[in-house]
Amino acid sequence: MLSVVGLFSYPFVFVRWPITRDVPWANFLIFALAAVLGVSAIRRGFAPPRRWVARIGALLAAGITLAALAMFINGVIIVPRRLPASAGAPRVGARAPDFTLSDTHQQPVALASLLAGPRPSTVRGVLLIFYRGFW
Amino acid sequence: MQTSLEDFDRAGIRVVAISVDPADVSRDLAQRAGYTFTLLSDPDLAVIRRYDLLDEAQEVARPAEFLLDANGIVRWRNLTDDFYVRARPAQVLDAAKALR
Repeated sequence: MLSVVGLFSYPFVFVRWPITRDVPWANFLIFALAAVLGVSAIRRGFAPPRRWVARIGALLAAGITLAALAMFINGVIIVPRRLPASAGAPRVGARAPDFTLSDTHQQPVALASLLAGPRPSTVRGVLLIFYRGFW
Repeated sequence: MQTSLEDFDRAGIRVVAISVDPADVSRDLAQRAGYTFTLLSDPDLAVIRRYDLLDEAQEVARPAEFLLDANGIVRWRNLTDDFYVRARPAQVLDAAKALR
């Protein structure tokens, strides 16, 4: 069960803090703990006087733990790194392509106007953040 | 970025976020998350393509940040290797110090 917590806590909890997000330490710890508990559960489930119910329970718990770990590795480590090369993205020193896009009130906003700002001297720069979007 | 917005204001940096989301989705996001910076919509992916940031499989922008100076020249950029790992505000503010 701990491994399920480990799996889901990353996207909902730990992404908020760069320390636990950039390298998911907290989640690795949770999985390590789940692995230890899982191994001891299997040992107890297969000890001599146990019945088949305990064995099945132990195997089920181990299976869920492994599945959660696999989903975590895939969802947090493998998939997020499958990104395009973006070789054509503007490099340092290049001029950023101009554009005009709508803001949240459907008003057109041009890059040129963002750079100019309300008064010419107020704007030292613009930070463009491209993001995937809200699921 | 929202928590560092005052720092960006003081540094004279306008923060603008761009995604494929239509204006109403972005407006919802902004309201829910309390974002006060500008969110722009690129629903047909035209600008995302022009900046070569298209993730074809998902039809969204791959995450990236560009710091432009007042002339529109890229002075710093971050193309993350992992979409969960974004630039920290401190990194950008540091890069912004070099802007005139």
